Amino acid sequence: MPAAEKIKVANVSDLVALVGKKVIVKGEEIGLFLTENNEIKAVNNVCPHKGGPLSEGTVSGDFIFCPLHDTKVDLCTGETPEEDYECVRTYEVEVVDGEVHICL
Amino acid sequence: MSKKRLVLIGNGMAGIRTIEEILEREPDMFDITIIGKEPYPNYNRIMLSNILQNKMTMDETIMNPYSWYEENGITLITGERVVAVNRSQKNLTTEAGRVIEYDKCIIATGSNAFLLPVDGSRLDGVIGWRTIEDTERMIEMAKTRKKAVVIGGGLLGLECARGLMDQGMEVTVLHLAEWLMEMQLDRKAGDLLREDLEAQGMHFEMQANTQEILGEAHVEGVRLSDGRVLEAEMVVMAVGIRPVTKGARAAGLEIGRGIIVDDYMQTSDPDIYAVGECCEHNSKVYGLVAPLYDQGIVLADHITGRPTEGYSGSTTFTSLKVSGCDLFSAGKIYESENVKGIEVYNSVDRIYKKVFVQDEHIVGAVLYGDTEEGNRFYNMMKKGDSIEEFTLVSLMHKAGEVDAISVETMDDDEIICGCNGISKGTIVEAVHRDGLTSVEEVSKVTKAGNSCGKCKGQIGDLLEYTLGDNFVANAPTGICGCTDLSRDQIVTQIRAKGLKTSKEVRHVLDFNDKGGCPKCRPAINYYLNMVYPHDHEDEKESRYANERYHANIQKDGTFSVIPQMQGGVTNAEQLMKLGEVAIKYDVPLVKITGAQRIGLYGLKKEELTQVWKDLGMRSASAYGKKTRSVKSCVGKEFCRFGTQYTTQLGIRLEQTFEYIDTPHKFKMGVSGCPRSCVESGIKDFGVIGVENGFEIFIGGNGGTEIVAAELLTTVETEDEVIKLCGALMQYYRETGIYTERTAPWLKRMGFENVKEVLLDPVRQQALFDKVMDAKKAVEKDPWQEIIENEEKQKIFEVERV
Repeated sequence: MPAAEKIKVANVSDLVALVGKKVIVKGEEIGLFLTENNEIKAVNNVCPHKGGPLSEGTVSGDFIFCPLHDTKVDLCTGETPEEDYECVRTYEVEVVDGEVHICL
Repeated sequence: MSKKRLVLIGNGMAGIRTIEEILEREPDMFDITIIGKEPYPNYNRIMLSNILQNKMTMDETIMNPYSWYEENGITLITGERVVAVNRSQKNLTTEAGRVIEYDKCIIATGSNAFLLPVDGSRLDGVIGWRTIEDTERMIEMAKTRKKAVVIGGGLLGLECARGLMDQGMEVTVLHLAEWLMEMQLDRKAGDLLREDLEAQGMHFEMQANTQEILGEAHVEGVRLSDGRVLEAEMVVMAVGIRPVTKGARAAGLEIGRGIIVDDYMQTSDPDIYAVGECCEHNSKVYGLVAPLYDQGIVLADHITGRPTEGYSGSTTFTSLKVSGCDLFSAGKIYESENVKGIEVYNSVDRIYKKVFVQDEHIVGAVLYGDTEEGNRFYNMMKKGDSIEEFTLVSLMHKAGEVDAISVETMDDDEIICGCNGISKGTIVEAVHRDGLTSVEEVSKVTKAGNSCGKCKGQIGDLLEYTLGDNFVANAPTGICGCTDLSRDQIVTQIRAKGLKTSKEVRHVLDFNDKGGCPKCRPAINYYLNMVYPHDHEDEKESRYANERYHANIQKDGTFSVIPQMQGGVTNAEQLMKLGEVAIKYDVPLVKITGAQRIGLYGLKKEELTQVWKDLGMRSASAYGKKTRSVKSCVGKEFCRFGTQYTTQLGIRLEQTFEYIDTPHKFKMGVSGCPRSCVESGIKDFGVIGVENGFEIFIGGNGGTEIVAAELLTTVETEDEVIKLCGALMQYYRETGIYTERTAPWLKRMGFENVKEVLLDPVRQQALFDKVMDAKKAVEKDPWQEIIENEEKQKIFEVERV
């Protein structure tokens, strides 16, 4: 396995609690989420159901609900607990000096 | 043999329940006539406090509709009082001079509110609360008067005070004793209750002995015997009730405090029975429902010639219908030489429980904060169970170890519905026999749960247990999977507990999922905005994407931009601007929308703010659950059939109500003649111009389910149209369930009821004023607001790395 590459994608101050942020990293769309517990999560932004932009959805606890058809996605595991869709890719997040880095 | 003539005087809960019991035994034995002085069929008097507290409508309290009387061949005379009972002739005379003959007569005249015999008790504005009419008068007065005093801190007084607060009044309760409900609560529970009610904003004057009610023609205040004077524009007397015995006394029946009856509910005249609050049995007069029903059963057995053990008095219990103050009380509630108490007090959750024991038996109970066990203690009291095998007090067990009352382990004769005396066995039998699957069905067939409604949860448990896997979880009552609470319960709690954020709502009301879901999050945000239009800070994170980004999200995640063109009127400058923007951003689709506007489709989120800036136009809010673009025809200005200036009116409607949130989208249309080119008949608010004015249609939906609008009225001026539209919007805002469109709303509320509210000039004005006040909070064009505020643009930005 190649070593994970850390990339700075945003500043913590750019994030709004419970409102997702879309970043495009090397052509890949990633959704960043600041949850109620003050944790930052990063997942592939494309909903496994019909491709909706997860960053525009509703954040509740550790879950994101897609804005198109309310598909529920676990931000920690990428699973869709109520459906049998393919897992969404999740990314490890590291915060250093107020900067958000993700491991690709 | 011809049928015997049975006449019931009094069309209330006790009398009708007795008739139901009789019909169940002998449907054809009697020719029944019922005479009631109130102009309604039998309604649930217990629920009047829910009407006052805005939790129920009048219609919902009707227990036996007019059709019930017809189906059972009963002659019903309402709005007429019986003035004389002539026992020697065996007939009655009504105030209209009607003479009605009887073979058997039942008196169920109930009771009146007791008015304190103090100076001023007859002043205008002094009310004794007992009937629908009293309730309506109070609601009416509450619109123009601010300060109310309720005399009496008992059950009725407190429910009344809470109701008047819900009607917007400032309420002070005067109570003679040292703590509230001293007949049912001990000091500790009484004090807990007072603290909780004070936190809701109720004021109290304790040990307050009313000496005089002040005022000239109209009540102005109350003077207490210690000199305290309280200002009041309304005074409600809730110090007790007095059995109605006047007619019975005049007829020469034996009277004590009530009409005296024997164990078979017979008065001193064997052909005349008495039942309910008007009668006195064994020196006792009851003012609660449960005993009335016990009495009705005995009466029915006796009058139909069935064997009966007779009536031997009732054990009663009390609960209060005020949100956030759950309490239960039954039997003896004071310790004495022989009566010992076992109590538990948990000041963390404000829960207090005390059980009173005499000779190893429970003789009374007071519960505050958690009343789930009320029925269990009440059953143990009624059955005389020994407490021998119980652990009397146990502290700090893991959840579920104690206190679990499972319907499964209950005996068949244990009472589930205390009001109607319906046992577990009766319910289970009915469920099997009639194939019942919902709580509503059980209530309909067995009466369980249709009085105070507190046992509905247990009925649900019982259904689940009885039907096992066949139990289809009935349409859940909660607004979503996160809670069992309904819209009304949530809104009531928001007001009662003063909840200010949706997070607070989910935590205080103990949602299963404290984070909420896409169903309840926007709903609660809406309710909070509705209740506190100026004080609640709109929660963007709880809005749907459309409303958060002020644009309609499309299937590929792009957005559409639809600028305002009021009344569908545009000009060359706007069209050129739209063209330039479409070219600059390479907009994939430019299209006329369903609502006669121009839409640019396929814009990226990060482009939105710049597009709005370039356009320099306002948002048409074509994406929200709020006022939408108003459709209109060209009208009188150009059309040869037009009767009114419809475009002008359409523009005025759109301007007046723009950006106001509603439970679902709110569409309007203005047509200039009955040809109705804009299809006003399927609009939430539709106007059709006619020669002499404007026809107003409401509750039409052209969406998923097509429903034609109802004709509300015809008005003469545009001002009246605007006024009615505002009133409708506000009434819908205040009572609608989030995502419920006006057609189902209208059906649920009842067109006649909505019509009455909207056409009442005082209520119409009040609603209009409220919607205009709410408008002040959303005065600004949301696009402009975002363009001017960099912080607000943050959620639109997309980073590229």
